[in-house]
Amino acid sequence: MKAQGTVFKYGDNVDTDVIIPARYLNSSDPAELATHCMEDIDKDFVKNVKKGDIIVANKNFGCGSSREHAPLAIKAAGVSCVIAETFARIFYRNAINIGLPIIECPEAAKAIENGDQVEVDFDSGIIYDRTKGTQYKGQAFPEFMQKIIRAEGLVNYINSQYQK
Amino acid sequence: MGMTMTQKILAQAAGLDHVEAGQLIEAKLDLVLGNDITSPVAIHEMEKMTVDTVFDKDKVALVMDHFIPNKDIKSAQHCKCVREFACRHDITNYFDVGEMGIEHALLPEKGLTVAGDVIIGADSHTCTYGALGAFSTGVGSTDMAAGMATGKAWFKVPSAIKFNIVGKPSKWVSGKDVILHIIGMIGVDGALYKSMEFVGEGIHNLSMDDRFTIANMAIEAGGKNGIFPVDDIAMAYMKEHSSRPWKVYEADEDAVYDEEYTIDLSTLRPTVAFPHLPENTRTIDEIQEDIAIDQVVIGSCTNGRIDDLRIAAEILSDNKVKKGVRCIVIPATQKIYLEAMEEGLLKTFIEAGAVVSTPTCGPCLGGYMGILAEHERCVSTTNRNFVGRMGHVESEVYLASPAVAAASAVTGKISSPEELGL
Repeated sequence: MKAQGTVFKYGDNVDTDVIIPARYLNSSDPAELATHCMEDIDKDFVKNVKKGDIIVANKNFGCGSSREHAPLAIKAAGVSCVIAETFARIFYRNAINIGLPIIECPEAAKAIENGDQVEVDFDSGIIYDRTKGTQYKGQAFPEFMQKIIRAEGLVNYINSQYQK
Repeated sequence: MGMTMTQKILAQAAGLDHVEAGQLIEAKLDLVLGNDITSPVAIHEMEKMTVDTVFDKDKVALVMDHFIPNKDIKSAQHCKCVREFACRHDITNYFDVGEMGIEHALLPEKGLTVAGDVIIGADSHTCTYGALGAFSTGVGSTDMAAGMATGKAWFKVPSAIKFNIVGKPSKWVSGKDVILHIIGMIGVDGALYKSMEFVGEGIHNLSMDDRFTIANMAIEAGGKNGIFPVDDIAMAYMKEHSSRPWKVYEADEDAVYDEEYTIDLSTLRPTVAFPHLPENTRTIDEIQEDIAIDQVVIGSCTNGRIDDLRIAAEILSDNKVKKGVRCIVIPATQKIYLEAMEEGLLKTFIEAGAVVSTPTCGPCLGGYMGILAEHERCVSTTNRNFVGRMGHVESEVYLASPAVAAASAVTGKISSPEELGL
């Protein structure tokens, strides 16, 4: 599995309130949520993001609320992967559970810049910055989480367990 | 190697003699919680599962609290979805208008959370119940769905930071100042993926309501959970509120901690977190400039309990909310509302020029009941001051204790009660 796209770069502590403001949480429709994704810190994100694009951020991405609407909005906006130095733990769980690919890689998160063309190979965990001609190795997931990721989310994983 | 309080609870719930930090486990759950925002997503996910019943109808709690009484048609649809689910599955602990309260004030009050429990909730402030010696942590809606269906959840066993609490706080210093001080010290990701374990003789000088406030904001330091040992104050609370058996876990003497801090309560001062992160703290003495405000909110899962309202009323009695400032007081549960009424606190608030609302999370997350306009400022006893959290993207939230919030309502600028000669 691979992802390839243009990078939208953000800083530290991107919280779930700016990923999807609570004023829109009266909806749980991913497509509707996606139309407001990131709008409080980047008004142009929704206008400019294309299917496959990649978000790169610094530390503690997704801090704050437990709202799963945040990774749902990012995924429905077309984003193929989020790379960060670190993720807040609830966002980390949620992303894996709903099948939004994420990678922790401090080196890549620091070096990659807004607008770079980046490719991610999920099997090897290698991140290629095609614009800069550099590459980085992301942190591997524990075996158990890989199973959830391969099942494309927790619901499918549990269904496979309970059918046995 | 010894285990922390959290590790001991998790080991027991996973049926293991010993666990260590980093280990992945599957633990049995004593309670699975959701609210009107997160539950509809969980219900939708559960519909996709091959398991179609809840694991135990007594161990699921559904609390309608964020946007209710329904703020608009879409919120009403969400509540309807949850109400129908609760009815279909005969959920014992479903709380709607008339019975509800803000979830993290309500569940301990109803006796649904006790020491030794393992609790997940689709709300980040689920970590509140650590005040009673439970392991509780926030998750998303899909984890909630899986928890409701299977009664289990996977966890990575956390390492821990130990906070040794000593001393006695001065008159206007409360749990909020303790946790804001800690977040200011270690940062909003200072406890990322970790437990925050609060121990030491100083905790006896913290009321249950202080402890709920401290555990509640563990998430604002990135923590997986916050937890207190179970002392006579916690036991008295559980005896009064719960008929469920509880189990006390103590950390081993040789438990390993990533870091240890000593917090001397006697040296703390009223503390305020400036926009736009809870770690941007300053003590009241460090604020030299006048910071004029437009609104004050006293309430939320962090500070909407009876102690909080008593402190605010003490300051607002014989004082008036400054003209031009809107002061919104929100008792966190129906029981707290009633107690505040019987004690005359509501009369004090209303006579001071504040407004008193039915329980709701409303303004804390910019939902309704106190949204800020462009360039407006609010001193709030809530838990987050992120960009746009309470309304307009150009508005500002300053986090503080009920004492500072009430004093600020009187002066119209960020103030300590000491400025009022109290």
